Amino acid sequence: MKAPTQSRRPVDAAPILKLQGITKRFPGVVALNNVDFDVRPGEVHALLGENGAGKSTLMKVLAGKHQANEGKIILGDEEMAFENPKHAKRAGVVLIHQEQSLVPEMTVAENIFLGSLPRKPFNRVDWRKLREDTNKILETLKCGFKHDDLVGSLSIAKKQMVEIGRALAFTPQVVIFDEPTASLTDHEKPVLYDVINSLCEQGVGIVYISHRMDEIFHLSHRISVLRDGQYTGTVNTADTNEDEITRMMIGRSLELDHASKPNDFGDNLLEVRNLSVKRVFEDVSFNVRKGEIVGMYGLVGAGRSEVAETIFGLRTPSGGEVVLDGEVVKFRNSHDAVASGVALVPEDRKDQGLILGMNCRDNMTMASLTSVSSMGFMQGAKERVVYDKYHQAMKIKTPSWRQKVGNLSGGNQQKIVIGKWLHTHPKLLILDEPTRGIDVGSKSEIHTLVKDLAKSGYAVLVISSEMPEVLGLSNRIIAMYDGRVTAEFDGDNVSEDELVQAITGMGKQAQAS
Amino acid sequence: MTSIKGFFRGRAKIQPIWIFVIAIFIFFSFMSEYFLSWGNITNILVQTSTIGLIALGMTLVMINGNIDLSVGAILGLAASLAVGLQEISMTLAIAAALGAGILLGAINGLIVWKTGVNAFIVTLGAMLGIRGLLFVYTDEQSFYASNFAFSDFGMSSIGPMPVLAIIFLVCVLIMHLVLTRTSHGRNTFAVGGNPEASIDAGIRLGRHMMINFIIVGFFAALAGVLLSSQMGAATPNLGRDYELWVITAVVLGGTKLTGGSGSIIGTLGGVLAIGILRNGMNLMQVPAFYVLVVLGVILISVLIIDKKVNVPSSKEVRI
Amino acid sequence: MASADQPKSGLPGVKLSKAGVMSFLSAQGILIFFLLGMLAFSLFSEQFLSQSNIMTVIRQASIIGIIAIGVTVVIIGGNLDLSVGSMLSFSTVLVVDLHDKIGPTNAILLMFAFTLMIGAVNGFLIGFLRLNSLIVTLAMLSAIQGLVLIYSGGQNVDIADQEGTWFAFFGRGYLGGIAVPILLFGLLAIVVQIVMSRTGYGRRIFAVGGNPMAAVYSGIRKNWCVFSTYLISAFCVACAALVLGSRVMGSQNNVGQGYELLVLAGIILGGTSLLGGAGSIWKTVIGVLMLGFIQNGLLLMGYPYYTQWIVTWVIIILAVWLDLANKRKSLFTTHS
Repeated sequence: MKAPTQSRRPVDAAPILKLQGITKRFPGVVALNNVDFDVRPGEVHALLGENGAGKSTLMKVLAGKHQANEGKIILGDEEMAFENPKHAKRAGVVLIHQEQSLVPEMTVAENIFLGSLPRKPFNRVDWRKLREDTNKILETLKCGFKHDDLVGSLSIAKKQMVEIGRALAFTPQVVIFDEPTASLTDHEKPVLYDVINSLCEQGVGIVYISHRMDEIFHLSHRISVLRDGQYTGTVNTADTNEDEITRMMIGRSLELDHASKPNDFGDNLLEVRNLSVKRVFEDVSFNVRKGEIVGMYGLVGAGRSEVAETIFGLRTPSGGEVVLDGEVVKFRNSHDAVASGVALVPEDRKDQGLILGMNCRDNMTMASLTSVSSMGFMQGAKERVVYDKYHQAMKIKTPSWRQKVGNLSGGNQQKIVIGKWLHTHPKLLILDEPTRGIDVGSKSEIHTLVKDLAKSGYAVLVISSEMPEVLGLSNRIIAMYDGRVTAEFDGDNVSEDELVQAITGMGKQAQAS
Repeated sequence: MTSIKGFFRGRAKIQPIWIFVIAIFIFFSFMSEYFLSWGNITNILVQTSTIGLIALGMTLVMINGNIDLSVGAILGLAASLAVGLQEISMTLAIAAALGAGILLGAINGLIVWKTGVNAFIVTLGAMLGIRGLLFVYTDEQSFYASNFAFSDFGMSSIGPMPVLAIIFLVCVLIMHLVLTRTSHGRNTFAVGGNPEASIDAGIRLGRHMMINFIIVGFFAALAGVLLSSQMGAATPNLGRDYELWVITAVVLGGTKLTGGSGSIIGTLGGVLAIGILRNGMNLMQVPAFYVLVVLGVILISVLIIDKKVNVPSSKEVRI
Repeated sequence: MASADQPKSGLPGVKLSKAGVMSFLSAQGILIFFLLGMLAFSLFSEQFLSQSNIMTVIRQASIIGIIAIGVTVVIIGGNLDLSVGSMLSFSTVLVVDLHDKIGPTNAILLMFAFTLMIGAVNGFLIGFLRLNSLIVTLAMLSAIQGLVLIYSGGQNVDIADQEGTWFAFFGRGYLGGIAVPILLFGLLAIVVQIVMSRTGYGRRIFAVGGNPMAAVYSGIRKNWCVFSTYLISAFCVACAALVLGSRVMGSQNNVGQGYELLVLAGIILGGTSLLGGAGSIWKTVIGVLMLGFIQNGLLLMGYPYYTQWIVTWVIIILAVWLDLANKRKSLFTTHS
């Protein structure tokens, strides 16, 4: 384990921004439960937590995108109620989005001053002032683009800089960075660090959300941790280490129930050999046996979902091959994959998994329509039998099969997606982030279900960015980083450190076991 | 800021349609001895001015992410008002015609703004309804201009330039400046390109949409007045199918139906492409209906090329 | 969360709350307009509700109705078809012109083949090349109109022996006392409605229109589904051309001009969302009949035919507003 490179003393000042007892509920889920948080001027306060721990929700509450159900936001000495992002920005709290909120057809300058272009009489834009103001901001950013470059033509890293520039235009008191380096290359990161440091020197409070330990120890003064929507504590960066932080994030609630894992494996069902898709992932090889759960662990953007989509016939490989049950398969589309016994529970339930305007039953039979119809006609009775079967087996809570799936909670939605695929009777079940954003109860039910499925002979590939999930489920773990498989571990004998190193690129030379 | 680059503001990448315009211009110059004459070129400008004027407004509406199908009906109504009311007073007639365009545009804009309903539905209804109003007003009769100053105006020239061509080119310039230089123009791009970000930035979506519907209503009415002055008459069916021609011209000019992208210079290219094709094929004595087929083929080709150029295939899921 | 174990307090909708009334109005809004309109017309004109008048209206509406059935399928699948007007011109001119040249049977077969081919071109461009359906069918509208004019040389076509041909059956004939166009309209409506609501194919089209991405991730061949909707649309146009050609026994070469927009008006009046994934043939049938009865009622009351356009405009605005009053974020809505 690397020692923290440059940990800094906490800043001694009264907080510029305080959150007290923030609670935010979404239908079916409590996303934040009585969370406290504060930022001091001139400090970088890192916020850590696993996916779904509530970091992004907290920041959206802070920046006016969501309104809290309970709790107070105090800026300076004043209690604030931000109704919208513009309101928050005016008050000096700016969120730099994870997802891009830029207009590609407009110039850098116009994007930075979006919604507040300087004007001359007759509604004309004051281009001179716009250019001067923009250049002032660009100077502090020291980035290699000009005020009149089209944003659409910039690299992702530079777009990120434009987003930061937009924050600076408001002379902010607090700037929130939500995973700012997720799409940056190693070469581009130092520029971002410089910007953050210079903001600190000007007395701005920074909230920094990231998964990457090295960054956090490099940049931050204090670290706060969220777990399952709960605040678990704040520590000074100088007084802690990665182990402690990891413990705070995962908690000791993680009971590795190795005994209940499947342990009776058959022959190779899936073998992926040197699979590549140009510019997405490269040279990926692994295998899954019958009755085995293989975990694929990595950060968002490491290419995991893309591997799954390629196996499922949604992408055309540029090299390598997929062997299913001893035969080389070349799927032209997802229909072929389903016909050959491959099922994919996709990452994005709402966009890829479900048709929100349709009812529960219709979604459940969506992937196996021929099995519930005869001569092309739907058999309502058969459909009900299928629905009832999975409804009971998976304890789906809905008032009726007529309910639109859009009205269900995340956990129940996910169970419907899984039910949909089980009814296709697949040989290989791929689950991409199967428990993201769903409540703890459904989560453990789905985990139990996955293990039972593997024991009954399914080959299962679970993609996840949650360490407890991967450790708790997998017989073997494949780590991916930056479009490559970096290591393969035995699921029962691997340390958390090894895993973190393999997926953050620290252990590039890690032994392939 | 007065340099050429300043004028184009660095963002008006030359639309591929201009290459096509130049190509067919050269082609017809060789194919027909009449094509390359001052008289014919100004003639093309006059012929395209009707669709061209509406297309200017439509460009803004489409960059905004909307569409307006009612322009042909507005054109017809304005033409009939301008001709029908001129017995009372010329000023009143023209004011009524332009006022009707602005009012109807405002109604379209208001409904789209307040209900958030797809502009396609709203303006399709308006297209039928306004044509109905026009038939009620004219009682299905054609009107003929009684005021000779009015019909002379449409035929007049200043020096070597026909007045209609001058009006069209001036409007092109003004709308180019509105779109590229004013905050309304820039916000129009923002609203169409990323509505969510625009709301976050405090841009008032509805207001900009409404202004753009008013602009297109005004231009449709202006085109109606000028067309009727050119013909010295107005028929109740005037402007039928113009909405389709206008949308074709704007799409040819590189404006995206999804909004957020487009330019007046591109639209001018689209309009001229249609005008030159019609004129040139006419001079070559090709029957007019071949133009329809050629246009359809070009429009689809533009889409296919656009798709091939803009989508890096390996990044995309095959859906 | 689940409300299954909540005590059931009365039947929903029985309580006459304001929200309840509004939601009832909006769900049945179109039908209520329709019935109120019928009532008003029947008060003003005794003739209006007579059997012969009703049959006349339906017969007149049947051409738009037949086309609207096909376009509804395209819309449910998440696309638009603006080319149906030009296709109607094309198919009508073709079948009428060929009638005297190669005989009615061959003319009809050839016309169906060519119309389906155009539908296949639409379907290929939109389904497989994934181009924007609005622009593609706009371009096709223009190109097909051009083709018609090229084919006919700008001349109108007609059938020489209008009395002696059995071809007259489709537009002028009666079967069991009911006009053939009505029968054809009704038959198509029933068949397509059954296909859309009862078959796996229909379910797939709804899925593709509702969420194309999820459909693909469920192993549905989206490209083929979209392709097929345009074949259905073309087939319906061919049927409409059969009726139209047979009724007028001659054809101007722009006979279908403007039909695409009237068809859409009927579909929108019926309440099918243009966003795809929802709607039904029944709604479309009601919408088209409404157009027909409005026109007829206004005519009987002494208003000229074009007043129906104004009334249609007003109804569309009202329908849209009612829809909005109930659920602020409806399927109609495209932004905020």
